[in-house]
Amino acid sequence: MDRLAPRAPGSGTPATGAPTAGASTAGTPGGELTGRGVSPGRVRAPLVRLAAPPRTSVTDPVGNDPAAEHARVERALAEVSADLAGRSSRAGGVVAEVLDATSALAADPELAGAVGRHLHAGAPTGHAVTLAVEEYCDRLAAHGGYLAERVTDLRDVGARAVAVLAGVPMPGIPAPGHPVVLAARDLAPADTATLPGGDVVALVTEQGGPTSHTAILARSLGLPAVVACPGIAAVAEGTEVLVDGTAGRVWVDPPAALRDDLPGAADRPAGAGPGRTRDGRAVPLLCNVGTLAEARAAGFSAAEGVGLLRTEFLFLGRRTRPRVTEQAEAYAGVLAAFGDRPVVVRTLDAGSDKPLEFLPLGAEDNPALGLRGLRTAAVHPDALDEQLAALAEAARRAHRPVAVMAPMVSTVAEARAFVARARAHGLERVGVMIEVPAAALRADELLAAVDFASIGTNDLAQYTMAADRAAGALGELLDPWQPAVLDLVALVGRAGRRHGTPVGVCGEAAADPLLAAVLVGLGADSLSTAVAARPGVLAELAGLTVDDCVALAEAARAATGPGDARAAARRVREARR
Amino acid sequence: MAERTVTVASPVGLHARPAATFTRAAAGTGLAVTLSVAGGEPVNAASMLAVMSLGVEHGQRVTLSAEGDGADEALDGLAALLAGEPGRP
Repeated sequence: MDRLAPRAPGSGTPATGAPTAGASTAGTPGGELTGRGVSPGRVRAPLVRLAAPPRTSVTDPVGNDPAAEHARVERALAEVSADLAGRSSRAGGVVAEVLDATSALAADPELAGAVGRHLHAGAPTGHAVTLAVEEYCDRLAAHGGYLAERVTDLRDVGARAVAVLAGVPMPGIPAPGHPVVLAARDLAPADTATLPGGDVVALVTEQGGPTSHTAILARSLGLPAVVACPGIAAVAEGTEVLVDGTAGRVWVDPPAALRDDLPGAADRPAGAGPGRTRDGRAVPLLCNVGTLAEARAAGFSAAEGVGLLRTEFLFLGRRTRPRVTEQAEAYAGVLAAFGDRPVVVRTLDAGSDKPLEFLPLGAEDNPALGLRGLRTAAVHPDALDEQLAALAEAARRAHRPVAVMAPMVSTVAEARAFVARARAHGLERVGVMIEVPAAALRADELLAAVDFASIGTNDLAQYTMAADRAAGALGELLDPWQPAVLDLVALVGRAGRRHGTPVGVCGEAAADPLLAAVLVGLGADSLSTAVAARPGVLAELAGLTVDDCVALAEAARAATGPGDARAAARRVREARR
Repeated sequence: MAERTVTVASPVGLHARPAATFTRAAAGTGLAVTLSVAGGEPVNAASMLAVMSLGVEHGQRVTLSAEGDGADEALDGLAALLAGEPGRP
C-alpha cells in the first residue's frame, strides 16, 4: 500500500477544481486520477467504456395521435418494469432489491402521467419520455444526497423505455473475453446486475457517491470500484489502468514500479516464478479466491492455481438455489481464467451461522459445532448433488479437470461417502478439508480414502483450542503457531507421505512466510494464500532447503507456546540462512 | 375528506425502500390518497417518484388525505406505517 502513496509526477495538487485537476493528467503515462474509493481492492486491466444509451430529440417525428402514443409509452414502461422485475428474480440479494426498486419506478403512475402531458403538448413520443424523466430528475437532484443518486436509476428507466419504443436493444456491459475495467458516467442497476460472471474486474464512474447503486453492487460483488472520478472521461478505451478501490485512485498506464505484485491483465508480476525450496523441491503456491472477479484477477497473477475456491458467493443473499446451469457457468469461468493450472473448489460451506433462505437448518445454540459444511448435505442432499453436477458440467465446458473438496469432514465414513458421491457425478479428483481435530487424528485412514487433503488452519485452530474464531480476547489461543495445532498438521503431513496423498494448507497460516516454511517442514506439498501474500512466501521458501524447513518445524513443535514456537523457528532460520 | 397528519419515523425519511413500502400500501387501499408537506402541493401517494420528490426527512410532519368509503380506516393504516418504520416491519 505504501508504495502507492507517492503521487506520480505531473499529477500535482488538485487546485480549486479538483475534478479537472484529475482529468489533466489523463492519458499521460503514470497519470493519476482521484475519485472516491467505494469498494476495496486493486486490479489493473485495459479500460472499456459503456456505450451511451439511445438519445431523443425535440426534432424527432411527432406521432399522429397523442392518446395512441401515450398507450404505446405505457406499454413500453410496463415492458421495462417487467424486464427489470425478471432480472431481479434471477439475481437475488442486494442486486434483486435494487432492481425491484427500479422496476417500481418504471411502473410509476405519475411518470406515465407526465409523459402524457408532454405528448399532448406536441412532443415526439420518445422525447416525451426523456422530458418526463428529466422533470423528475431535476426534483430528485434538488434534494441532493441519496435522492440525487437515484437520478441514474430513473434515467436508465427512461432510456430503456426509449429503446423499447424505437425497437433497438439497450447497450449492455462489454464482454471482450478478457478482463477489463469498466468506465461509465454512472452505472444503472440493470447494467450492474449483469456484471457477475462477466469480464469486468473493476469499475470507475465519473459520477456517483457512496450510496449509489454502483457502490452498493460493487461491494456486494467484490469488485474494486472508484466513483466520482470525472477524469476517467478523458482516458481512451484500451488504455491500461490500475484501479485502487481502497484509496480511491486510478493510475492511467501505470508505471512499472506500481505494476509489480499486482494482479493485472497484461503480464504477470516480475520475479514471480513457481514456488520452490532452495534445493529445488516444488511447493506450488496457489491462491484462495472467493468471488468471480477475484478469480479473474488472480488468473493473471503468478499463482500456480487455485487452492481454495469458496463457492458461498454464488449462494449468499439468494432467495432461491442457483440453478445447475448458472453454477456451471460461474465455475467454468474460473476454470477458464486459470488455463491449465489446477483449481480446487470447495463445496458450499454454509451453516446456521451463515444462514441461507433456501437451506433452512433451524436455530442452533452452538452453530460452530452444529450443522455446517458437509453436514448440511444430510439435511439438504439436493443442494450438494446440484453443486457436484454443476462442477462436472463446468469441467466439460472448460475442457479441463477440476478438483473438489468438502468442508467440515470429521470421519472416514463422511470422507468415503463424499468421494463416492462426487465420483458418481463424474468428478475424478476428490478431496476433503481437514479442519476438525478428529479428522487430523485419523489422518492415516482418511488420507487413504481421498485423492488429496487441504488443511484449513483457521478452523483447525478454533476446534483444537476450543476457542471461538470470533472471540477477540482469545487471540493467543487461536494463534496458528500453537504447538498443538502444529502437531495435528504434522500428523496429516506424515499420513500424506505414507499414502502418497498430497496435503495442502489453505488457511491464513500459509500466508505467514516463516510459518509457511514450518508447514512445508511438517509435510505440506502446496500452500494456498491470498494473491497478495504470495511474493513473501515465495521469497522465504527460496532461501531454505527442505531440511531447513524440517528443522524449523521441529524447533517450533518443541516449544511450549505460540510465541516461543515463532522465536525458536526464527532462531533456526537465522542460523541456517 | 379524511386527513391525518403524522411524523415520519423512518430514519432515512421517505427514500427508496421506505418510499416503496409506503407507496405500495397507498396503492393497495384502492383510494386516491395524497401526501403533502407543510406549504406544498398534495401529490399522489401511490407514486414512488412523487413521494420521493417531496424529499421527506426523518421527523418531518406530513399530511395524508383521501375521500370515499373506508378513507378513515385506510388513512389510519397508512399513518401507522409512516409513524412506524416503513420498510422494516
